[in-house]
Order: sequence, then structure tokens, then C-alpha cells
Amino acid sequence: MLNKYPFWKYLLIILVLLPGFLYALPNLFGDDPGVQIRGARGASLGAADLERVEAILADEEISAAAVTLDDSGIKIRLADGDAQLRAREALRRELAERRFSIALTLLPAAPQWLGTLYARPMYLGLDLRGGVHFLMEMDLDAALVDHMQNTAADLRTELRRARVRHKGIRHGQELNLRLRFDDEQRREAAREVLRENFPDLAVGESGGDGDYRLNLTLTDSRRDELGGQYLEQNMAALRNRIDELGVAEPIVQRQGERRIVLQLPGLQDPNRAKEVIGRTATLEMRLVDEDHDPARAAESGAVPAESKLYSFRNGAPILLKDNVIYSGRNMVDAAASLDSLSGGPIVSITLDAAGARKNQQVTGDNIGRRMAVVYIETRSEVQRDADGKIETDADGRPLRETIRDEEVITAPVIRDQLGKRFQIEGLDSVAEARDLALLLRAGALAAPVHIIEERTVGPSMGRQNITQGVRSVVLGFVLVLIFMVLYYRLFGMVANTALFVNLVLIVAVLSLLQATLTLPGVAGIVLTVGMAVDANVLIFERIREEIRNGNSPQASIHLGYDKAFSTIVDANLTTLIAAIVLFNFGTGPIKGFAITLSIGILTSMFTAIVGTRGVVNLVYGGRRVRRLAI
Amino acid sequence: MELLKKDTNFNFLAARRWTALASAALLVVSVVALVQQRLNFGIDFTGGTLVEVSYDEPVDLAQVRTVLDAAGYDRAIVQRFGAARDILVRLPLAEDGDAGAAVQSNALMRALRAPFAESLSPDSSGIRQQCLGAAGETADCRVQMRRVEFVGPQFGDELTELGSLAMLYALIGILVYVAWRFQWRFALGSVAALVHDVLIVVGFFSVFRIEFSLPVLAAVLAVIGYSLNDTIVVFDRIRENFRRMRKSPSVQVINVSINQTLRRTLLTSVTTLLVVLALLILGGEVIRGFALALLVGVLVGTYSSIFVASPIVLVLGISRGDLMPVKKEGEEQAPLP
Repeated sequence: MLNKYPFWKYLLIILVLLPGFLYALPNLFGDDPGVQIRGARGASLGAADLERVEAILADEEISAAAVTLDDSGIKIRLADGDAQLRAREALRRELAERRFSIALTLLPAAPQWLGTLYARPMYLGLDLRGGVHFLMEMDLDAALVDHMQNTAADLRTELRRARVRHKGIRHGQELNLRLRFDDEQRREAAREVLRENFPDLAVGESGGDGDYRLNLTLTDSRRDELGGQYLEQNMAALRNRIDELGVAEPIVQRQGERRIVLQLPGLQDPNRAKEVIGRTATLEMRLVDEDHDPARAAESGAVPAESKLYSFRNGAPILLKDNVIYSGRNMVDAAASLDSLSGGPIVSITLDAAGARKNQQVTGDNIGRRMAVVYIETRSEVQRDADGKIETDADGRPLRETIRDEEVITAPVIRDQLGKRFQIEGLDSVAEARDLALLLRAGALAAPVHIIEERTVGPSMGRQNITQGVRSVVLGFVLVLIFMVLYYRLFGMVANTALFVNLVLIVAVLSLLQATLTLPGVAGIVLTVGMAVDANVLIFERIREEIRNGNSPQASIHLGYDKAFSTIVDANLTTLIAAIVLFNFGTGPIKGFAITLSIGILTSMFTAIVGTRGVVNLVYGGRRVRRLAI
Repeated sequence: MELLKKDTNFNFLAARRWTALASAALLVVSVVALVQQRLNFGIDFTGGTLVEVSYDEPVDLAQVRTVLDAAGYDRAIVQRFGAARDILVRLPLAEDGDAGAAVQSNALMRALRAPFAESLSPDSSGIRQQCLGAAGETADCRVQMRRVEFVGPQFGDELTELGSLAMLYALIGILVYVAWRFQWRFALGSVAALVHDVLIVVGFFSVFRIEFSLPVLAAVLAVIGYSLNDTIVVFDRIRENFRRMRKSPSVQVINVSINQTLRRTLLTSVTTLLVVLALLILGGEVIRGFALALLVGVLVGTYSSIFVASPIVLVLGISRGDLMPVKKEGEEQAPLP
């Protein structure tokens, strides 16, 4: 019984420890104040933007520690909070285009080389960093009512086209439609129309004797499909809208079938977020006025009668006819794909019956001319004077004005008479097609959303939660350290080393996974500290027992570890069951608790069994030992 | 240093009638309290709005109430929260559904800030919460919003249901695991001990009218994990000793097992209690309920693994034969050189 570890076991311990320390390291450096510029509404930023930002900072004589460009945008690291505010003001003034979203943020101060190894600090939850959290539920039924109304209108058109006479279409209570006919043949003819054009409707029949009926309901698969589609569309719309809130790392996440989580770190006014979420955006299709020169109209300000001056997203002017052909309300779907003939990127658009009728008529008369898609959004914004100061009313409240933003997304040439379905061609890339489809779909919320949970944490509270969390971890840790040394002497020191390593490993795993650390999560770490020594207590008590039974020190060490092993595994696995259940049921903060608890259980099993054994073997292994300091 | 003498030999099982009586008494008190006055559910479960506000100087509650009354919040409950500068305002759910309630918190902050002639600056973000004063100047808000929580009515119901289900799933999962690793008598014993612990912790919150929030529920589930951990260690020893002490009656085997694991049971309780105390003292108001549930849970859990779980296994009639067929386990524990 020599208690020597083979070399590979020490290697294993080192292979776990080194990355552990490395990935825990970024958490020691803290944060620098910074400004983050992201591309709003899907726009991406490039090297030219980076140069512009650098030039603006140079003009203002703001010295930035670093200005970097990556996938998430441009990040500017600054020396202090004052420089941060000045930089934001300057950037906000100079980068006035709406494709920039400018936000104050905290940037990890860890050295660059750690970043290249994907070593980042832990991702703090909103309860620790402050911000606004919303859980929103989509009202699918309300959206489906709309959908069924459109379907009814389409159905009327199709039946008329097929010359099937009916006695009316009625809306039932359960999102169904009822069609009535005079006789059997007409009903069968209607069935044929339904089979061909409305595969998404489940058809049932009832009545007879002069009152023949068909009951139409959405198939379950179509219902689920629509639900998923509406949710995606809502998320896209929300992403577009929250860009202007000036939040560095907004999170829009799907939760289950009907819910969306929206997290806005650093935001202090939940009401602004609510306004933005509830905003309406829409689309309009207008014919292009090609008889006049838009550039001249823009310069002189003399806009021809029956036309209106618009601009593209890049600022180029364009004249459009006053008359709206149809609006986004008539649009059922927009999808990006590749043209089967030319292979070029396209966006396919599907209209409802009313839109299709109008489209058919107008495009038929205007082949060869251009039609523009206009994106319209209304928002309220704070009024500022020339210096960027906020203007207030007599009560000191900021003045707000309603701004209507209109921009032309695209203005393609009409090649053919269009109907219910048509394509927009002439796009530069697949990415552009995808963005356009998204923008077209995301113009309006597909289904109304309600906020069912809101949690806002102020900045001072967040900081206090961090301080209190860290303090209780430290106090708990120190108390346990003292107790273990007093009780187990040298072996206590070994257990303490393991406990410290365990703490480092928990932090490393959390950093590596970028799992959200919440206040209950911190409590989970504290709890793990208390429970992690349990494995060592089990082992050490066993060793003492074996010594009392008259075994030699070396044999006692061996037997102690051996016998305690299955107990430790059983005891930890059952705790893990509770933690996993917690994780599955938990929302937000509770999930954080379950995560740290689970990670803690796993890492502590490693450090307490393999780790301490390694140290004990190093100290006592391979020689004659008279007494153990236990 | 040692907590106990070298070899303890307490006759724990002899006391089982008395401890059963004590447990029964605690359970009756808990159940009666739960039936009579139920739990003081927090807004996580009832739905509603909660706003924590911090003033730049100590504030008079009566004044705050007057301000809120005047602004139409006559159903608001105002109380102190920790320091004299901090208050907590609770609003019940608004009649006009969740959309109206979600806006409440904002209107409430406006009302509280009105006497100071300040309103939240639209530029405020990041580290400090800044307000616009009467003259349009920007300064740190004198009334700082610390946190706002709003839970809609149906979401509250859902959390209540999910919470109960989580508890149930945890217990079933454990029942199955222990029955598989040990034997069904052990499974019943451990689950009975867990139900005992959960009822007493929840009963404690009911008796003392302490708010039962989502973190408290999480703590109760953690208590299940902890208490089970304790119980399993004892069961493990019982299983081992049944195989070793072939001539001894069950009562003696279980008694010896409890005694052999007693030091470990107490030591782990001590270290866990140390950290729970650290949480209770330094964790702050938000985490207090959580730490309190753990404190009670660890105490009750330690007690139950000695005085509830094992006696139940005995009463259910555990015998050596129940543990023998598992051959593989027996080999591991073979006599040592």
C-alpha cells in the first residue's frame, strides 16, 4: 500500500487545473467604461465606419484606450466615466443615421490575449448588472382571428372565380368558418376549390335537405406552423425596434411556444422599452414618379404635385406618387429564396385577396414602370436643443415629439402583371434578400404581445447585489477554511486547497459556458462551498475510523478513499437530481441557482476525490509513515 | 480536534417513539398553519407589482403614503426595507389586466419623484440613475429606483403550479433512484424524511408569516437535495453493515450505522450552517428568505436523516435478505486483506 498515483493521474489533474485557472482569470480584471456602436436593424458595420469613429474621437480630443471592430460592432474602451459620456454625446451627434445604435457599456478589462483564447469574464444576470427584463406572451388567438378573416376573403374570391354559388361564409366561435349551400353539387364543387387552393383547412360537413354546410377549421399542423412563424416575426420586429434604445447587449430569446424573453442590460426606464415594443410600423407600396428628377426636387425643395419626396436608406432621393397601392396590412408573407430560372436572390411576397386585386389592377396598367416599397415607423423621441441638451416643460419633464420615419427599401421595375404572389428581383446578394424579407415581415408585430413578467433592477441595486454576493462567498469560504484546519489539521489544509480549486473551477466553467450568473446563482456557489467539503469529511472520517480499527496509516488512507467513494457518488447524484429538476422548472434567477449548484456538485466531486488524493499521495505516498496529521 | 468522543454508541432508535412524537407535533403545527393561514405568498405567485425605492435621506413613511394616496394609489402597501432610506411599495394587480399593471411601476416612480421636482433623464443609463431637475439640469436622482418586479396574474398561477410540480418530480426522481440503488424500503424512508422536511420548512414560513417567494421555493428544493444527501450517507452505511454484521438484529445494525456516520452528519451540517449564516448576515434583504429556508432546512434535514428516515426503514421491516441479492455491490465491499 504505497499510495502512489501513476503519472497520468497527476497529468490529468494538471490538465484540468491549468485551463481552469486560465478561464477563471478574466474575472480578476474587472471592467472599463466603454461605448458600443452596433449596426441597427440588421445593418453591419465595416472598416469605413471604424475610421469615421476614430476621426470623431480624434476631433473631440477623446483618447480611447482601444477602438475595435468585430461581429458585434465597434467597441471603444475609455479611461473613465467622464470620457465615456463625452464620447457618447459626440458619437450621437455625428453618427445621426439610424443604422447606428450607440450605447454605454462596460467592457472587460482583461488583456487581449485572453480574449483570443475565448477566455471571458462570467456573464452577469440583470439582477447583478442592472437592467430591464420582460417576459412577453403572444396572443396567438387574436392573430389567428385575423388570419381566418383573410382566409374568408380569399375563399370568397376563389369561389367566385370557380363560379360556385354559396349562401354565405360565417365566422364561428372557435376560429372556424361555416359555408352554406343550396344543394349537394355546389357543396362538392366548393370542396374541389378547397382541396386545390386551401390545403391548410380541415373540412367537415353537416346539415342537408336544402341547407348543406361545410365547416372549415385550421389544421393543427398549420396552426402550430403559424404560431412558430408569428413568434419568429415578432422577435425580428422586436430586435429591430429595441436597437434605438441604446442598449449594448440586448437579448431577444424564444421561450417555449408562445413566449419571448427580452433583456435590456443597463436600461433604467422600463417605460421607454414598453413604448418601443408597442410601436407600430408598417409598409406601403407606391408607384415611382419617373417624370420628374428627384435630385432636383431634393435640392430646390420644389416637389411636383401628386408626388412626395422620399429617400432610400443610403440617403438617395426618390419621388413617389401620393396614391398608396396597398399597405403592409395586406401582406401575408415574405420569404427570401433563389430564383429557379436565373439563380439570383429574390424575395417572394404573398398578398391577401384585397391586396392581390389592387396589385393586379395597378401593375397591369404600369408594366415597365417602377414600384417602391416604403417602410414607415412612428416613434416618440426626446427633444434636444442645438447642444444636445434635453428640452423640458415647465414641470421639468422632458419634451417629446412624435417622429414619423419613412424610408424606401427598394424600388424595382414591374416586369409583368402581378397578383397574389410576386417576387422582388434585382437584389445584390442572398444576405440582402434575407434582410429585405425580414424587414418586410417584421414591419409590424404579427400578433399582439402582453408583458406577463417584468423585472427591473436599478444600477445601485445591481452593484450592491454583487458586493453582498462576493462578501458572503468570502465569509462562508473563510469560516469553512478555519473550521477544516482546526478539525483535520494537515488533511484540513488539503481539503481547503481542494475547496479553493473547486471555487476556481466553478468560476472557470461559468465563464467558459457564458452561463448567466444571478444572485441566487451566487447563493448556489456559497452553498456549494459548504457542501463541497462533505466529500472530504466523509473520506477523512473513514480514514480516522480505519486508523482506530488498527490499520496502518497507508492502508487507512487507501481504505478511507476507497470506501467513501460510492457513498459520495450516491449522495451527490441525488442532490444533482434535485438540481436538474430545479433547472427544468426554473425561470431566470432560479435557473442560475440550479446551474451553479450542478456545476459545483460536479467540480467538487473531482477536486474532493481525485484532487485531494493527489496531494495526500504527494505528501504521504511511497514512504513509511508513523502517524497521520488528521 | 474532534467533535465527539472516539466511538459514540447512542441508542437512537430507542428514542424513536419520542422523536416520532416530536416530528408529529411539528408536522401538525405546520399543516394546521398551512390550512389556517396558508402561505404569505410573494408577488411571484400572487401577481402584482413591487417597487423598491431608495431616497437620498431618511424618509417618513406617512409622507410617502400621503403622496401615493394623492396620486390615486390608495391600495398601495408601503413598508420599510432594511435602512431608513429604503422603502418597499406593493401594488395589487390592476383591474384592467396585465398591460395596465406593467405600466404601473413607471407611474408610481413618477408620483414618488414629483415632490422632489425631478423626473428620470432619458439619457440615464449605465452606472448612475440620473434625473432632470425643475430647471432642466441633470443630477443623480434623489429618489432612486432600486428594483421593480411585476408578475401578471396568469403567470403567477403558472409559477405556483410549476413549483408544486417541480417538488413532485424531484421526489419521484429520488424515489426511483433510491429504490434502484438500494431498495424500496429505503426509497420510502428517504422520501418520507423529505416530505417531513419540506412540510416543516414551509410550515415555518407559514407560522411566522414570512414571505414565500420564488428564491424561497428554490431553497426548499435545495433542502430536498441536502437532506437527501445526509440520508443517503446513513443508508449507505446501513447497507454495508447489514453485510458485515451478519449475526446482529436489524435494530442494532441501524443503530451502529447511525453512530458511525454521526460525526460526518454533524460536521457537514456545521460547515453548511456556517455558509448559510454567511448568506443570512451578508447576503442582503433579497436573499434573506432564501437563507432562512436553508437554515431551517439544514437543521431539520440533519435531524430527519437520523431520527426519521432510518426508523421508518426499520418499521417497514428491513431485513438482511432485502440487501443480499445485489451481488455486484457485495463484491466491492469484500473483506479486506
